[in-house]
Amino acid sequence: MLHTVNKSPFDNSTLETCLRFARQGSAVLLIEDGVYAAARDTAVSKQVQEALTSVSIYALKPDVEARGMQNRVMDGVRLVDYGGFVDLVVEHNAVQSWL
Amino acid sequence: MAEATGGGVAKRFLYVNRKAPYGTIYGLESLEVVLIGAAFEQDVSLAFLGDGVYQLTKGQDTKGLEVKNFSPAFRALEDYDVTKLYVEERSLQVRGLTASDLVVPVQVVSAERMAEIMEGQDVILSF
Repeated sequence: MLHTVNKSPFDNSTLETCLRFARQGSAVLLIEDGVYAAARDTAVSKQVQEALTSVSIYALKPDVEARGMQNRVMDGVRLVDYGGFVDLVVEHNAVQSWL
Repeated sequence: MAEATGGGVAKRFLYVNRKAPYGTIYGLESLEVVLIGAAFEQDVSLAFLGDGVYQLTKGQDTKGLEVKNFSPAFRALEDYDVTKLYVEERSLQVRGLTASDLVVPVQVVSAERMAEIMEGQDVILSF
């Protein structure tokens, strides 16, 4: 399963809920304001680091760059472009868009 | 509370920004309204709380999104005599940011001080 999260983790509980339901081996793609969760040294980075032990976490590069977060992305979170987004959709049996 | 000026009455306007840029239109719209207030020579202040602090981060590059990067416009506010930009300290801290990560000089203030600033206004517009 591929999960997408498009809300800031500081403004909304979407990421937290997604991570509670994301099973081992699934992928989480952070898009739009969701990419703030990929930053180092924040109040949620520990939660994201813990999640990285069981799920793959990606962040959409154009959204990261638009928000000036390109130099703050934590180790373990992989950046993908729009083509990479398509590849993730194709690779997984289903997509859950957490809104 | 309003002060009389040469051309009329200037009121104290505070624009409260609580949304990250680009995910919603609030940040850009707020800036438009700020410039209108400034054009009418009002006493304008801006407050950034919560995800609103993200509007001011350095290094924004929106080419990949094909939307306007409006962060440079904050640097132009000085030309409109808008120099009172207040950022709440804890909002920066939980996001791993400091004042040096922001595109313009700001006053970093406690929540208590921010509440005082809010109390001292004639008009508050929240985005």
